[in-house]
Amino acid sequence: MTVVDNTLIIIALLPFIGALVPGIMIRAGRNASAFFTAVPTALALTMLLLHAPAVLSGEVITAEIEWLPQLGLTAAFFLDGLGLMFAAMILGVGLLITLYARFYLSGDDPMGQFYTYLLLFQGAMLGIVLSDNILLLLIFWELTSLSSFLLIGYWKHLPEGRQGARMALAVTGAGGLAMIGGMLILGNIVGSYNLSDILASGEAIRASEWYLPALILILLGAFTKSAQFPFHFWLPHAMAAPTPVSAYLHSATMVKAGVFLMARMWPALAGTDAWFYIVTGVGLITMILGALIALFKDDLKALLAYSTVSHLGLLTMLLGFGTPIAAVAAVFHILNHLTFKAALFMTAGIIDHEAHTRDIKRLGGLRKLMPVTFIIGTFAALSMAGIPLFNGFLSKEMMLEEAAHTDWAGNPYAVPILATIGALLSVAYSFRFIVHVFFGPVRDNYPSKPHDPPFGMWAAPALLVLAVVLIGLMPHLAEPVVRAAAGAVTGGVLPEFHLKIWHGVTPALYMSGVAVLGGAILLTLHAPLDRLWLRTPRPEAKVIFDRLMAAAVGLSRRITEITHDGSMSRYLAIFVAATTVMGYVAWSGSGLPLPSRELLPIPPLVFVGWICILLATVSVALMHRQRFRALVVIGVIGLTISVGFVYLSAPDLALTQISVETVTIMLLLLALHFLPKTTPIESSVPRRIRDGVIALAAGGGVAALSYTFLLRDMPSISEYHLANSYKGGGGTNVVNVILVDFRGYDTYGEIIVLGIAGLIIFALMEALLNGPAARKLRNADYSQDRSRDRHPLMMVIATRVMMPVAIMVGVYIFLRGHNQPGGGFVAGLVISIALLMQYMASGFAWTLRRQQIEYHSMIGSGVVIAGLTGAGAWLGGKPFLTSGFDYFHIPPIEEFELATAMLFDLGVFLAVLGAVMLMLYSLSRIARYAGETVNIEPMDYDPSKQVVMDEKEK
Amino acid sequence: MEIVIASTVGTLTAAGIYLILRLRAFAIILGLALLSYAVNIFLFASGRLAINMPPILNPYGDAAYTDPLPQALVLTAIVISFGMTAVLVMVALGAFLESDDDRIDIEEPATEGPEQGTGKGEAGAS
Repeated sequence: MTVVDNTLIIIALLPFIGALVPGIMIRAGRNASAFFTAVPTALALTMLLLHAPAVLSGEVITAEIEWLPQLGLTAAFFLDGLGLMFAAMILGVGLLITLYARFYLSGDDPMGQFYTYLLLFQGAMLGIVLSDNILLLLIFWELTSLSSFLLIGYWKHLPEGRQGARMALAVTGAGGLAMIGGMLILGNIVGSYNLSDILASGEAIRASEWYLPALILILLGAFTKSAQFPFHFWLPHAMAAPTPVSAYLHSATMVKAGVFLMARMWPALAGTDAWFYIVTGVGLITMILGALIALFKDDLKALLAYSTVSHLGLLTMLLGFGTPIAAVAAVFHILNHLTFKAALFMTAGIIDHEAHTRDIKRLGGLRKLMPVTFIIGTFAALSMAGIPLFNGFLSKEMMLEEAAHTDWAGNPYAVPILATIGALLSVAYSFRFIVHVFFGPVRDNYPSKPHDPPFGMWAAPALLVLAVVLIGLMPHLAEPVVRAAAGAVTGGVLPEFHLKIWHGVTPALYMSGVAVLGGAILLTLHAPLDRLWLRTPRPEAKVIFDRLMAAAVGLSRRITEITHDGSMSRYLAIFVAATTVMGYVAWSGSGLPLPSRELLPIPPLVFVGWICILLATVSVALMHRQRFRALVVIGVIGLTISVGFVYLSAPDLALTQISVETVTIMLLLLALHFLPKTTPIESSVPRRIRDGVIALAAGGGVAALSYTFLLRDMPSISEYHLANSYKGGGGTNVVNVILVDFRGYDTYGEIIVLGIAGLIIFALMEALLNGPAARKLRNADYSQDRSRDRHPLMMVIATRVMMPVAIMVGVYIFLRGHNQPGGGFVAGLVISIALLMQYMASGFAWTLRRQQIEYHSMIGSGVVIAGLTGAGAWLGGKPFLTSGFDYFHIPPIEEFELATAMLFDLGVFLAVLGAVMLMLYSLSRIARYAGETVNIEPMDYDPSKQVVMDEKEK
Repeated sequence: MEIVIASTVGTLTAAGIYLILRLRAFAIILGLALLSYAVNIFLFASGRLAINMPPILNPYGDAAYTDPLPQALVLTAIVISFGMTAVLVMVALGAFLESDDDRIDIEEPATEGPEQGTGKGEAGAS
């Protein structure tokens, strides 16, 4: 019975969407923030409960969105009994915690942040319990680790908080990594990552030879999350978090995730010896160890933390038994533990809040001072102890009953005795919580005079305790939920069972009796035992953990220092050498087809150009220390390449290359003005020989590669472009049509990149000119570099005469771009050169005053125009960036074409122009800071410079 | 003609790599400029060489055309490499103005100890 209902996805997403709100609403006050945290939670809970009747009657609700089907990853959710119980717990307790935290957190705590983290965490937990895809489940699993890190470390000023958060993240994160491995193995065995498929193929999984590795890896994930021995140590350290966080994470959610996972995977993994011995064994050890440590903890929250560890051990053990009725007990205990433990944590928080201490040794006698808290705390603690008429009793009886029937490697007494010891210790620390905190004489030295908190603070725990008592008295109320959830765990048939208080005289009753009596006796002996405990040396988990972490950090640092020693030239040398070697290896193993192309002839003029470019390149490498000369030669290379493009049928490239070359050289000249003019000799001769060898090898490799492919034909997709350029794109310049139409998306991205590059330069310059460099620049003396004729007459006149012509050329190149070589890129560059020439010839200030264009908005409008043109295609029902065109005839002009591609090209043009101008404009601003005087007149002659110039010439 | 292109690409690459292995920002900028030329020609040549066959459609009859796609890709690559060079120049300039030094390595590798001294001395002098 599967029902598809997409509201499930909304339920899963609501907390994440809601997480955006509280952080903003905190501006409207703490109540508003809390309210807007409660809204999405309550909404999700309501929607969930609307599904409850169907789920309780055995239906499974599913919803699915394809996400990455190629990887087997779908955003698939499903809601069955187990999911319903957990989801209701997460959301319900989430609501109570929201209320409680509103009163618990002080005015100094950033509450908006808290609620945002809380909702994130809640969403992650909800995702775990609703996922129907194990990859999706893993994502949510990691999200809980991350968001709980934020919650545990919420009090950033406390070192314990930060350390606890780091430890929790390290332990649960490591477990999560192991679990990813386990889940992937599982998916491989089954051939599907869908949980429903995996749960249905338990037989195949258990028979697979990969079963044991998968089991161990998945259990590592579950054990670390649920703080099972030997990973239990992170949980008490996570207690440095604010109490609402502890109450949420350690009663209903985070630590239950591991238990949930074991319950969820139960049909697929349980029932083997390996499962029984690992899970039951670990659970038993954890249960006893946690309870024992809890008994001797003086910090209320630490006591509760270790008791949580102990109860999680109990749950793990029950799931390990592998019998359906044990699963029923486990599910029931999950519910009961949630109610009393959340209430107890909140009680501890209230005591801490009111008495300003959680140290049991400094408390006592609170019964008279805090009557309401006393009742809530006592009821919850009695339930934890497993006293009849409270819900903890019921599930503990079931646990003991199951333990009584369990053999451990043929021994029928081991498990029941150990389980009774665990129960006994649990009674002892629960009684201790009641007696040492609430009973005894009223002290006169509390750090703060305790009294009951406002209603809002005790409302949440009171509600939980009400549930404790109700379920304790009338267990059949909980029966449908437990039945549905346990049915989902076992994957079908459940044995006949009824939740009731009186089961008759059973072994479990005797064990319970022993536990209660023994626990009470143990408490009377607490003082001498405590002294003994403190004297006994115990391994301190945190010390071991810190040492392990230090060792891991040390190891990774050593590895990093070998490979990343901060020398960039070293990385580059390694990288180039490795790439060359790999290229050689790849080539040496391949059989090449025979050359299929005829060699083109080399006419004399090409030969001259060839010699020219080779000489220029070599000379740049040899005399790069003379920076000005090297720049001039770079210009020669660029121009030769442009000519080469013309010769080799690439007119568009030639136009672009020649204009980019011009602006690049201008830019470098501008920068070089402020850089040293020469490069000192720094590397030793062997080092230079080494670099030379690497460079020659790489260059030789690239040359050989080029020569190899130039001689051979290869099928190209360009036929399509040539065939459709005119028909589909309406232009005869195929390169331009590719840019603005076929591959318009690329171009759109590229103008954005260029715009961002311009903005980066602007931002860097802003930062630079507001930093210490500005002062240095002001004091630097660049005057000897200055020509005495800063703005030569000839140049000023020539550039001004040329300006309209240059702009006309730019417009012409732009307009004809669709059919003839040209287009937005080239036009943008040409016009920016025209403008730059004005800056160079007439000076910065003079030019700036005459053309006030916002380059930022020019970039922006360019991108927007291109984007809107692309989006315009949607109006015609076509995909983004499909261009439309038509031909018009307006006498007396000849027939002409208008294409939307031209509008797109306009965007390209504006973005390129804006970006180039912004870059050079930013760089030229340095000159102002370097004390360059601003000329008002266009021409500027400084006779005082003569002496300096003459000296220089000598 | 093929040998002309192949050797040009190879020489530009070799010179570019030699320059980016230097220790000063300006040499690296020059090296990257040369490498950009090399890469652009390499990409362009991947459409194979053709003379007098520009990819401008001839409306008056059939004609042979060279491969237009690499040209379109290289066209944007040229413009983008300008943007990249500009950002790099800005970063180098900023680093130099802040630290009075345009060396690129954070520190010399320990194995090249003796060189470290001379390097620092010259940096101070320049």
